[in-house]
Amino acid sequence: METGMAWESFAGGRWQSETDVRDFIVKNLTPHDGDETFLAPVTDRTAQLWAQCAVLLDRELAGGGVLDIDTETISGINSHPAGYIDKSLETVVGLQTDAPLKRAVNPFGGIRLAVQAAHAYGKEIPAEITDLFTRLRRTHNDGVFSAYTQDMKRARKSGVITGLPDAYGRGRIIGDYRRVALYGTEKLIAAKQTDLDVMLDRDMDDETIRLREEVSDQIQALHDLEELGKTYGFNLKKPAADAAEAVQWIYLSFLGSVQETNGAANSIGRISTFLDIYLERDLKSGRLSETEAQELIDQLIIKLRLIRHLRTPDYNDLFAGDPLWITESLGGMAQDGRHMVTRTTYRFLHTLDHLGPSAEPNLTVLWSTRLPEAFKRYCAKVSMATSTIQYENDDVMRPDYGDDYGISCCVSAMRIGKDMQFFGARCNLPKLLLLALNGGRDELTGEQIAPESEPYADEYLDAEKVLKRFLALQKWMARLYVNTMNTIHHMHDKYACERLMMALHDTDVHRFMAFGIAGLSVVADSFSAMRHTYVRCVRDGGGLITDFEILGEFPKFGNDDDRVDLPAAELVRGFISELRKSPAYRSAEHTLSILTITSNVVYGKKTGATPDGRKKGEPFAPGANPMHGRDMMGALATLNSLAKLPFASCRDGISLTLSLMPNALGTEERFRLRNFGALLDGYFLQGGHHVNINVLDRATLQDAMAHPEKHPQLTIRVSGYAVLFNRLTSAQQQEVISRTFHAAM
Amino acid sequence: MTGRIHSLESFGTADGPGIRFVVFLQGCRWRCRYCHNPDTWALQGGKEMEVDALFGTLLRYRSWFDASGGGVTVSGGEPLLQAAFVTELFGRLKHAGIHTALDTNGDWPEESDGGRKLEALLSVTDLVLLDIKHPDSEAHLALTGAEAASTLHFLDCLRQRSLPTWLRYVVVPGLTDSPPAIASIRRLKDTHPNVTGIQWLPYHRMGIFKWHEAGIPYTLEEVPAADAAFMDRLRDNSAEDSR
Repeated sequence: METGMAWESFAGGRWQSETDVRDFIVKNLTPHDGDETFLAPVTDRTAQLWAQCAVLLDRELAGGGVLDIDTETISGINSHPAGYIDKSLETVVGLQTDAPLKRAVNPFGGIRLAVQAAHAYGKEIPAEITDLFTRLRRTHNDGVFSAYTQDMKRARKSGVITGLPDAYGRGRIIGDYRRVALYGTEKLIAAKQTDLDVMLDRDMDDETIRLREEVSDQIQALHDLEELGKTYGFNLKKPAADAAEAVQWIYLSFLGSVQETNGAANSIGRISTFLDIYLERDLKSGRLSETEAQELIDQLIIKLRLIRHLRTPDYNDLFAGDPLWITESLGGMAQDGRHMVTRTTYRFLHTLDHLGPSAEPNLTVLWSTRLPEAFKRYCAKVSMATSTIQYENDDVMRPDYGDDYGISCCVSAMRIGKDMQFFGARCNLPKLLLLALNGGRDELTGEQIAPESEPYADEYLDAEKVLKRFLALQKWMARLYVNTMNTIHHMHDKYACERLMMALHDTDVHRFMAFGIAGLSVVADSFSAMRHTYVRCVRDGGGLITDFEILGEFPKFGNDDDRVDLPAAELVRGFISELRKSPAYRSAEHTLSILTITSNVVYGKKTGATPDGRKKGEPFAPGANPMHGRDMMGALATLNSLAKLPFASCRDGISLTLSLMPNALGTEERFRLRNFGALLDGYFLQGGHHVNINVLDRATLQDAMAHPEKHPQLTIRVSGYAVLFNRLTSAQQQEVISRTFHAAM
Repeated sequence: MTGRIHSLESFGTADGPGIRFVVFLQGCRWRCRYCHNPDTWALQGGKEMEVDALFGTLLRYRSWFDASGGGVTVSGGEPLLQAAFVTELFGRLKHAGIHTALDTNGDWPEESDGGRKLEALLSVTDLVLLDIKHPDSEAHLALTGAEAASTLHFLDCLRQRSLPTWLRYVVVPGLTDSPPAIASIRRLKDTHPNVTGIQWLPYHRMGIFKWHEAGIPYTLEEVPAADAAFMDRLRDNSAEDSR
């Protein structure tokens, strides 16, 4: 393979003879033990470019959340002519369409949703396109609904399973975009061709036929990517020759991928340490200054902040803030004991100083107690200033995923280029509990959702009797959930396959199927109430249990009380074991997350009163958080409760959002910096998995509600994600404010 | 052995070095006019808790103590009123290698044991956060309903033992912030080598609602919170740098 000067002065290894980006990183990594003082200020070019973007972002927000839509062109890799913000200022180029923030139409996931979304923002999709995707080309959405059973449709409608990706792209796939920079498409195509001709030259069973067709498509997608490169004047066939090209190659590969699919949470992976190797080489040879290095990263981040998909307004209600979840994983430890914090890790975080806080990209620090102290302090500084970093425990993930994994969405770990996941939805556990009490009838509508059974007849709830019913119905639920996901992902693979993203995976990719639960703390507290107090059922005229009266106090999740925490852990173990009983599509491995973004508000709306005293329609707590106001012993007790939830049963992540006022971290800045790191070290030593830390005060949030224009960049981390506060609906804003603040008095 | 607990705070960062688990005990004999915890006054009440159970709970927070150089602080209420319980708890914590801090006003109840109980408590205490309410005895009586002498006597005991001590002093505008009063507090540090620092605490009004809830007249309604700039000028950082 002719690589020219592209690999000059890199330490060699297995990565040269086969696709192995991890090997390249490990052989060439330069850990940075120092602090942030080497960082360079923002360049005029970047500042001017970002100022122009800020005007566009304001216009987008003022116009109801969408600036413009290109309804004429079907989105795909290289579907649009070259677009620029201001070509003279851009050191990294490429846009989804011919203009910044102009959204493209991607009907492959579903034409109905695309039509509704365009219509909601005053645009119509031309009849030729709707016709094409109605009569001639089936969409993922149509495929799914042609196969859904009655049970599936009922469960979906009632909201006992919510957020099924059956009308748009499934997302959560991380292409290994670094491969394009390191090898160029020519070499990647040759490798895929070899897979076709050697590995997949075997008995033509269903899976082989499907995979052969997919790999052929992947090769085509790589050719399409080459064309996208040409549109912007680059030859992606060859490896990137320097840092600027490496950034550009990675970005264009990502861009092509999100032109092809409109799924959420298609993350960018773990690119900073990889890019650091290129930046270090150019810095050493004098081809690049620190200022120019920072400019490249700043400009890459600007581009990622402008990625958009066309969504309906109710998607925004569910997930809040038009999120993409372009997650970049930073730091972590190498298997050989070195840390993987590089100067470029700092450069990525430093973009927050230059461009202000933002939800995108979703910067995620893979934290280890062994990370260098200077880096821990820098994280604390940036977190306290921006609330824009989420932290995940590298020490619990590394044993399962090695040292080249990335996070997709908020908490889902995957080995980059080696694992993919079939994402889907959450089971609303509190609603399941209510269905179990009401003989399978929806507590809000009375409609029969689950198989009919004898409703709970006693006046008072007996925990053991109720648990028996709950577990019986959970069997039905788990089976239905797996089968629904199987249907969705079968159709997605068939009608909306992410060709380019999958081209940047190994052909024999390992697949996860990622399930989720919402409302864990509600159900844990409900059973605790039944065990430790008297819970009386209140029935409506039709005999439906619609409310509860609770007599007495009971232990609540989030207070480090084993009486409720251990049963909560048991609920989680029980759910994943039930899921595993039904085989997943393409032999995927079942995983589970306790993660809700802001959707805990909508789930709560769709759920009646629960036996823990939560009223009808009240939001659930986000992720695995305790219910608002029930954590009485401070933040660490909550962390201890969370740490009891078994990561082995929740490999797709256990999310916690912690809101802290600045003074809760310490009386002075230097103590706050130390305590911030210690807070994370302590939690992760206990085996905790993930935490978002919002360092805010209530007054800031209330002021932001009243005067959104004064806080245009106020970023709130809510369960695994950061959103701009002014993009939340007022109900969501209120919910954020009412969330427990752990204030030092 | 059981103690009466008012409440537990797992993430304390203002009551001693590092991250502290703060145990608030129930009961206090003083009636400080600016008290922000009047709900801890009643000598009965609170929640009874076995020392074993509390110690077991505290051990679960060790990873944070180690990571931050923190430990356990017993506050209140007035912890000296439950000295036997605190002694037992601190003894176990010390044995487990966990740093112990006692947040007290020095109101040691009269004992005729030749100081053995006090000795026992202080021998398992790593740090004392001693609240001086007012250096002037008359003003002290008016402010707290109690004599200043007991605090000063306690401070002398701490000096004799060379027990590391932070002085804490609530700065209440018009009541405790006169230059002579501030100077007296500073002198206490100079004359007591075991005092490693002074924490000047700004009077705040976030506890008033508790008085209202309890129906107790609050006599400082007109007193504003301590001025931030004034507090900045007072601040002496030496306290939190030492253990």
